Amino acid sequence: MAGGAASGGSAQTDTFKESRTWLLMPSWLVLGFFILIPVLMMLLYSFLTKEFRGGVIWEFSLSAYDQFFFDRGLFGDEEPSIEWTYINIFWRSIWQAGAATILSLLIGFPTAYFIATRPAESRQMWVFLVTIPYWVNLLIRTISMKFLLRDQGPLNDFLMAIGFVDSPVHIINTDFAVQLGLFYSYLPFMVLPIYAAVERYNFSLSEAAADLYATKWQTLRKVLLPAVKPGVIAGCILVFVPSLGSFLAPDLLGGAKNFMIGSLIEEQFKGNAGNWPFGAAASMILLSLVMVILMISARKSNKGGEG
Amino acid sequence: MAQAGEDIKKYPGFMGITIFCLLILYAPLIVVMVYSFNESKSITEWQGLSLKWYVDVFVGPESAKFKEAALNSFSIAITAAIAATIIATSAATGMLRGGAFKGRGLSFALINLPLIVPEIVTAVATLIFFSAIGFERGYLTILVAHIAFCIPFAYMPIAARMQGIEDTYEQAALDLYATKAQAFKRVLLPLLMPGVISGFILAFIISLDDFIITNFVKGAGIETLPTAIFGAVKQGIKPNIMAISTMLLGVSIVMVTVSYFVGKSDQKK
Repeated sequence: MAGGAASGGSAQTDTFKESRTWLLMPSWLVLGFFILIPVLMMLLYSFLTKEFRGGVIWEFSLSAYDQFFFDRGLFGDEEPSIEWTYINIFWRSIWQAGAATILSLLIGFPTAYFIATRPAESRQMWVFLVTIPYWVNLLIRTISMKFLLRDQGPLNDFLMAIGFVDSPVHIINTDFAVQLGLFYSYLPFMVLPIYAAVERYNFSLSEAAADLYATKWQTLRKVLLPAVKPGVIAGCILVFVPSLGSFLAPDLLGGAKNFMIGSLIEEQFKGNAGNWPFGAAASMILLSLVMVILMISARKSNKGGEG
Repeated sequence: MAQAGEDIKKYPGFMGITIFCLLILYAPLIVVMVYSFNESKSITEWQGLSLKWYVDVFVGPESAKFKEAALNSFSIAITAAIAATIIATSAATGMLRGGAFKGRGLSFALINLPLIVPEIVTAVATLIFFSAIGFERGYLTILVAHIAFCIPFAYMPIAARMQGIEDTYEQAALDLYATKAQAFKRVLLPLLMPGVISGFILAFIISLDDFIITNFVKGAGIETLPTAIFGAVKQGIKPNIMAISTMLLGVSIVMVTVSYFVGKSDQKK
């Protein structure tokens, strides 16, 4: 790594200063037109009136958000009370994403640690092994998981063959199947930042702890974990955030009962019975949630850097 | 002493968990690969090795559908990856070789926007955008959406590479009376090449992989491989789907391996 100091020095130079605007223009145009403006239009759509065959009527309305948070009875004339249906869907998405994050942390941390403490030559190979499956099509990975976990699938065949269970374990269409699917989708995002943090960790700190009669687990908890905490937090966010809005894992592994935000949003746009303003409002609420999480973590890590 | 130092790093069970982790990661893929060679029409029982389902993919009743989807997927992935790589290379040069400027933070945020916004939200927003401007959904809308969300993936390795290249090389070229364009084309770009190749491969895989955004912006008459596979799987996992999956899996793994070795051989220099 000769780049460490050098890259700091040459990170920002001005060789092509005169052409800067032209160099940046294509990215501004493409991302501005096809990502930023669409997101702003989605915000606008969430305040419009729904058209019954999908699409919108250009009339200002708060009904999308009203429908999300309040229940006004079948005919809309009752005293509003809190509508729990959609809040519960968000809540269960947070719960599912959280469970998947914890699962990823429990398996990802030891894996990242193990890889980071390998000899330098073989580390890259281990990292490569962990990341390969991530590059395989997410849909195919999720289908593979479904195939493996089926009641008559290879996993159950195996468990019965070794006599571990007598009848197939029912995994598919449960919460756990979704968590497993999310874990499988985003695990490398947990391993990589923790790996990077452990690789930078100074092991003489652990030795000092051991010299002072700390047990291994005390050293892990009181010395190593605080030192690599930024990596752990980054990993948790990188798994939690995409899990929150995921569609494929809950759709293919969770079945109809295990609805998550992604499916709720998808339902509003695919097919004819959808409600576009409501789908746009649900997307805005999801986006706001993600922004809040990212901002809190950015603020936290800034503070950590100063201290 | 060295022995004690090594010992301090070891935690019992961590190696076991790592192996378990790799097992979870690879078992589903290996199982699908193995079963794609199954002679049987049923996906539950094993009846011996056969290439039957691969033949079925190419000449079977659904082959026309899959061929068209594959053609769409690959032509979109190649075009989107080329466009995203060019835009990202240009943007990285502006960001890292353009001196300090006022909108730098904002530009950086814009480039990374597709990574921050959840995929399903980008999908909804893009659908709304195309519908609002009255653009008919089809091949072109998929392509444009793919170019946009592939940019940050192409940008990351290119910018990382450029950060590691000192500007003395370009400065030397300029001192020797090269024009700026020559300094870029003959000096900076060749040095940047490993990053550009990784960026292209990353963008290509991301485009080939995408289901959610494509599903929203594709319109009725057109399918890519992921949307065709998703549609087929709704009626249950069939052996020919496993054969297609295995082939697609092979493409991804080959591409990533190439990218890994491009990066590795470059480090040795």
